[in-house]
Amino acid sequence: MNSSVIIFPGSNCDRDMDVALKKFGFKNKMVWHDDDKLPKSDLIVLPGGFSYGDYLRCGSIAGKSKIIQSVIDFANSGGLVLGICNGFQILTETGLLKGVLQQNKNIEFICKNIFVKVNNSENKFFENIDKDVLELHIAHNEGNYFCTEDELKSLEDNNQIAAYYCSSDGKVDDKSNPNGAIKNIAGIFNKKKNILGMMPHPERMIDQSLSGEDGSIFFENLLMNLK
Amino acid sequence: MKIKVIVTLKSGVLDPQGKAIQQTLNGMGFANVKDVRQGKYFDIDVDENDEQKAKLSAEEICKKLLANQVIEDFKII
Repeated sequence: MNSSVIIFPGSNCDRDMDVALKKFGFKNKMVWHDDDKLPKSDLIVLPGGFSYGDYLRCGSIAGKSKIIQSVIDFANSGGLVLGICNGFQILTETGLLKGVLQQNKNIEFICKNIFVKVNNSENKFFENIDKDVLELHIAHNEGNYFCTEDELKSLEDNNQIAAYYCSSDGKVDDKSNPNGAIKNIAGIFNKKKNILGMMPHPERMIDQSLSGEDGSIFFENLLMNLK
Repeated sequence: MKIKVIVTLKSGVLDPQGKAIQQTLNGMGFANVKDVRQGKYFDIDVDENDEQKAKLSAEEICKKLLANQVIEDFKII
């Protein structure tokens, strides 16, 4: 399987993502934001970081960069796109995903491990996954997901909520909501479920001795689903 | 000509920075400050002499980049 990770000025999880994808068997290529063509890919990843220094709004400048039109065309033709953290913010800024990531409710940069309950039905990202509660890592200042009531209803009606912040035993409640996100939303899909944006970083949880391995479960499962 | 744009959060959208500023002002003794909403201000120099045309392009600029209309409103002044 071929993957591509897009690098923007200010991306800082691009190499972690490259390591993770290669570890689980993807043939990964790094793509510079100023290129206009994507290499042949089964998966495009928009990595975490602070593209363009988070100027104007997080992800807004990257959302207008040269490579983005190819990413939008790839996504609209059904290609798999994964946006992590700043990548999720970029996806909302391009309009590929609904809503917006606002500043965290407590006005603090949050960097810690959290648990998410993932939606394992009708999508290539989590289908067939062994665990439905994953321990992942978050590190963000703007992760507070917000959308209009109509958009929320349509996300719920179409089964587009990909992950909820929850407790270690899978309870979705206010106590386990780190950033004030509406309905504890940590990630969403587009309607066709070929685009996933989420704040938590699976690429930071791929080594037992450094972190945990719930990210490994995510990547192994994704690769199996793509084969 | 020069165009000025103000982008603000829509009413009802949480503004944690505005809230923190309000609480700080209250703490400093400005007890009469009931609410603060923080926004962004842009000075844009458009190479255009016709005010109407300049404002039209400013509106497009706001819609396409400066404001995220899910949570923000803009005002061209």
